Amino acid sequence: MKHTIAERIYDFLKAFPPFSMLSRAQLLAICKAVDVHYLEKDTDIFINGSPIKNQFYVVKDGAIGLFKAQTNALVDKCDEGDIFGLRALMRQGDYKLTAKALEESIVYSISLDLFEAYIATNPNASTFLISSFATNTTYIESSTLEPAKTALNVPDFFEEQSANYSKNPVCCALNTSIKEAALVMTNKRVGSIIITKNNKPLGIITDKDLRTKIATGFMSISHSVDKIMSSPVITFPENITVAEAQIAMIKHKITHLCITKDGTPNSELKGVLSEHDIVVIRENNASVLVKEIKRATTTQQLQHIRKRAHEVLKRYIAQHIPITFATRILSAINEIITQRIIDLAIKDMPTPPPTAFSWLTIGSQGREEQLLLTDQDNALVFKDVSEEAYESTKSYFLKLSKIITNSLNTVGFEFCPAGMMASNPKWCLSLSEWDIQFKEWITKPDQDNLMLCTIFFDFEYVYGDKTLVNAMAEGVSKSIASYDIFLNFLGLNALKNPPPLSFFRQFLVEQDGAHKDQFDIKARAMMPLVDAARLLVLSKNIKINNTILRYKALAEAEPQNKDVYIACQEAFKTLLRFRTEQGIRHKDSGRFIDLQTLSKADRLELKNCFKAIKDIQDLIQTRFKLAQFM
Amino acid sequence: MRWLKKKTYPEFWTSYLEHFKTKTKDFNTLRFIAFDTETTGLNTETDRILSIGAIAIKGHVIKVSDSYECYIKQDVFNAKVVKINGLLKEGRLDKIDESTSIIQFLEYIKDSILVAHHAAFDVAMINAALKRMNLPKLKNKVIDTGRIYKKTKYVKNDKHYSLDELCDMFNIRMHDRHTASGDAYLTALLFLKLSSLLRKKNKGLKLSHFLDWI
Repeated sequence: MKHTIAERIYDFLKAFPPFSMLSRAQLLAICKAVDVHYLEKDTDIFINGSPIKNQFYVVKDGAIGLFKAQTNALVDKCDEGDIFGLRALMRQGDYKLTAKALEESIVYSISLDLFEAYIATNPNASTFLISSFATNTTYIESSTLEPAKTALNVPDFFEEQSANYSKNPVCCALNTSIKEAALVMTNKRVGSIIITKNNKPLGIITDKDLRTKIATGFMSISHSVDKIMSSPVITFPENITVAEAQIAMIKHKITHLCITKDGTPNSELKGVLSEHDIVVIRENNASVLVKEIKRATTTQQLQHIRKRAHEVLKRYIAQHIPITFATRILSAINEIITQRIIDLAIKDMPTPPPTAFSWLTIGSQGREEQLLLTDQDNALVFKDVSEEAYESTKSYFLKLSKIITNSLNTVGFEFCPAGMMASNPKWCLSLSEWDIQFKEWITKPDQDNLMLCTIFFDFEYVYGDKTLVNAMAEGVSKSIASYDIFLNFLGLNALKNPPPLSFFRQFLVEQDGAHKDQFDIKARAMMPLVDAARLLVLSKNIKINNTILRYKALAEAEPQNKDVYIACQEAFKTLLRFRTEQGIRHKDSGRFIDLQTLSKADRLELKNCFKAIKDIQDLIQTRFKLAQFM
Repeated sequence: MRWLKKKTYPEFWTSYLEHFKTKTKDFNTLRFIAFDTETTGLNTETDRILSIGAIAIKGHVIKVSDSYECYIKQDVFNAKVVKINGLLKEGRLDKIDESTSIIQFLEYIKDSILVAHHAAFDVAMINAALKRMNLPKLKNKVIDTGRIYKKTKYVKNDKHYSLDELCDMFNIRMHDRHTASGDAYLTALLFLKLSSLLRKKNKGLKLSHFLDWI
């Protein structure tokens, strides 16, 4: 039968995710059963602490504010098409926020039953909804902040990641007394215990069971655990994703899932996944971190956030999330932390900046290839000022840079031992000074100057006036164009580190020093690829910093050499992953690899990378006719 | 004498009357039905109902799941009306007999309080259909959103406020104007807005606040 009203609601909802992900029949079924609420300004929809209503909400017209109880701070603002109240529904607890109409509003509510029937069963829709939770508890950004940069729009793989469960579940046998079980739980400080037989899960007792069945006096503590355990348990295989876990918890109204070998109750118990585990994973979600950075007011807060970002990275690496994705996320986080630090530093200065400036990262940060915390490399450029104003302007920016580099150091980006930082008078220059500096390096390409070029030519804009950075890049291309023999010198420099092809016969390892018998993956494998890519894009006047993207652009620009470039791109990804894994494992920069720890597969992978280095170096040698220089 | 003879009514009518035996409860549990009829014209005697749209309101919430919509087969047909509401005599919609639609409508509304904009006309159209079935008039209490509006605003003039005008004034976005269901839905929204105005004015809301003004 025709249902005009439901169709009209359908037309509205179909434009918004997750509804847009449902089939017409599914969405229409929901629309036929929504409730429509009219709210005057300032009326509450739900109040913090009140029991949840079995429904969630979609804003049709108007705006709904979510407020924190104690502070009454506005946590989120929902307008047309936004969803709210779902988090509480999933959690099945009392409301933790208050929802109030900020203006006259019309809101649709959708029941839990409909949600379970049509949305929870749709993988795309449920994934979307769960990830939207993260945004539901974030604070409204301070209006003084610049709009978020595009790097943040990278989708998060988070929901599809496997959930990280407790791998050593606390267990007991069927004939254990309730008291004994409670003692074990107390000693091990866990909120649940699994009752097993032949290592297969039979039932579970949680803190809640002890509260509702024991503390109330319904059952004596001398009874055996099977009297109060929940059975059967809900089981899943080890590769359960965060989204699946959360849906399962809602569906069965439980807080613990058992992880078994084949996902059935008839196989070996591997672990327990609790609601708390999911909360922990969620807190370290990249998009949540970014939002926290934006409202951080102290470097200590940023330091803490950066540490959590490292945990995110560890998860990405452990779960084989593509390295290019991990790099983009981590670079974005580093960049936003830096931007926030600069914001805070400017506020600390007695006066606003006297003229336009721009903060740059250089080296691996500038190439956005820094996954692990390494030291900071940065520079500052300010707009040309009159001769009289120069001294005071420079001293202002040096002072500002000092505050910024100190904060970066506190957050975890240690001071650059070589002093390549904006707080160094040499690297805090006006636009025309940078121009002169670059020209000098290009026209006098001795060993030192070439080294500086390899660091400073990979500058990336982070903060301030972007036109200054563009002008710097313009200056570099002009200087190179008028002195093109520079590229030959840069080429020679790029061939300085030949590929370690003898790797497998006699390991080409460091001969002396603290890292004796270790392989320097940075100098021997990554830098040759980085240097080659830089040389080639400079010669083609392509303005890209990231090595992977440089090779990608080169492959497009020179189809005849596509295979070499693609191989280099893949090699660099592999090496970056390799280095990051090593760094996480050994809690260091990952630069030096102990060859003894490499598996056969690792060695083969590295060997392929070295082949790519050899090919690209041959290409450079031919193209820049370097044989005659050597 | 004939008028003394107890008239026997069909079963659907007696079960409709059954609903009125239980007393109405508190305001928040009362069921209101916002409804609208599209007709072939404005003459309650000669014109006919083309379609009925209705939707329930309970506890200040519009229940889309509790709604009714029907299209009625026509013998009398007025070509002029088609321009306004687009209901062609032989359209593609599933249509039912007038009597079937009335039976369904009664079964749907039960003893609920009816809400309509310029309710007198819509109620008269239903009553005319009931009369053709040899049945008495509707028993339901009726609320007219046009009249409530005048009361809330203390409008003393005799101006006739159309649904369009009120939707404009109350900032209700209009869809599906001149379909029975679309107008019923707009009337329901208007009713919610007027209710909250009344609630504010009276510091609480009772049915009598509406019925006083009927």
